[in-house]
Amino acid sequence: MSKLFSEKTKQVFLGPLSKNNPITVQVLGICSALAVTANLKPALVMSLSVIIIVAFSNVIISLLRNTIPNRIRIIVQLVVVAALVTIVSEILKAFAYDVSVQLSVYIGLIITNCILMGRLEAFAMANKPWESFVDGLGNGIGYAVILIIVGFFRELLGAGSLMGYKVIPQSFYDAGYMNNGLMMMPPMALILVACIIWVHRAKNKDLQEK
Amino acid sequence: MENIASIFVKSIFVDNMIFAFFLGMCSYLAVSKNVKTSLGLGLAVIFVLAITLPANYLLENYVLKEGALKWLSPKLASLDLSYLAFILFIAVIAAIVQLVEMIVEKFTPSLYASLGIFLPLIAVNCAIMGGSLFMQQKAFNNIGEVTSYALGSGVGWLLAIVGLAAIREKMEYSDVPAPLRGLGITFITVALMAMAFMCFSGLKI
Repeated sequence: MSKLFSEKTKQVFLGPLSKNNPITVQVLGICSALAVTANLKPALVMSLSVIIIVAFSNVIISLLRNTIPNRIRIIVQLVVVAALVTIVSEILKAFAYDVSVQLSVYIGLIITNCILMGRLEAFAMANKPWESFVDGLGNGIGYAVILIIVGFFRELLGAGSLMGYKVIPQSFYDAGYMNNGLMMMPPMALILVACIIWVHRAKNKDLQEK
Repeated sequence: MENIASIFVKSIFVDNMIFAFFLGMCSYLAVSKNVKTSLGLGLAVIFVLAITLPANYLLENYVLKEGALKWLSPKLASLDLSYLAFILFIAVIAAIVQLVEMIVEKFTPSLYASLGIFLPLIAVNCAIMGGSLFMQQKAFNNIGEVTSYALGSGVGWLLAIVGLAAIREKMEYSDVPAPLRGLGITFITVALMAMAFMCFSGLKI
């Protein structure tokens, strides 16, 4: 047990949650983070898919790392990821069809999500399977945290609901409260991520750029 | 013919890859520090989109779609291979990018020197894969429309990245709050640009 959770693996897992967050610090995987967060539910499904795919593709590439010829490694990585994404996408179509329609092309775009390629190149190609798995989980969860925060605020302020259920009481609307339609538009996702970065970097001064 | 022109204009302004769909955001944010390199990357994106989209369109319509293999033999008419789309699209993109890289290196070394480092990266640019997936979703009628969609999306992407790079060059001299410096303020700038582009939405051409 002690070997499974050594100091290093703990670091590998906890790093991406804050100090080394894939979205706000490494700037990876922005496209899907912004596009699917208009509502909380697709954001949750997307996060879950990414966590699963990052973790398992990390393991597979890490197992293969000594047999992949260096020149064609990008194509090998892409094919492994594409196969996993196809599986996830077919599962979603079968069991959660309405969510898969909402996510439209963005499930397919997990293939080119930079988090995957970034982690495969930077970590899985040089580390053992178990550590790569933990690294994948950590980065996936770090990505999920941002998605869920953005999705939460966009749905709450833009539609007055969470997961499709109304949470802002009717009496608020009667008193003159209005949903902010702009929250549903693409630009607000960018602003919200900027706010998260602002808070995050104000707390961690060492992350600030000169 | 006018259909082709309207697809072109629409994909530049209304369905802008960056501002409406956030495709290719990673390289967009990473490379937009100065106008010259961003121009190079933008041109490379146009180039690769214009080659890979028609190729994937042919693949989709003659191999993958339900009944698309009819031209091979009537027995195959009931085959639906569309679940292979992701793997085949990305394989085609990666292969074409590698091919283009070799051809450009051989015949126009000067262009290679300016695009050089960006070309291999483009294989994993979401704008390229996204273009193919949107092409699949939009069900275009013929290859001319697809090509014009590809060119339009590429030009829209180039416009967005060069615009942002120009703003960021100017922003070097402004006094931004420390935690927002770099990434944060770039996000806000992109958001403001996206709001400006929102005025094109609902445009009927």
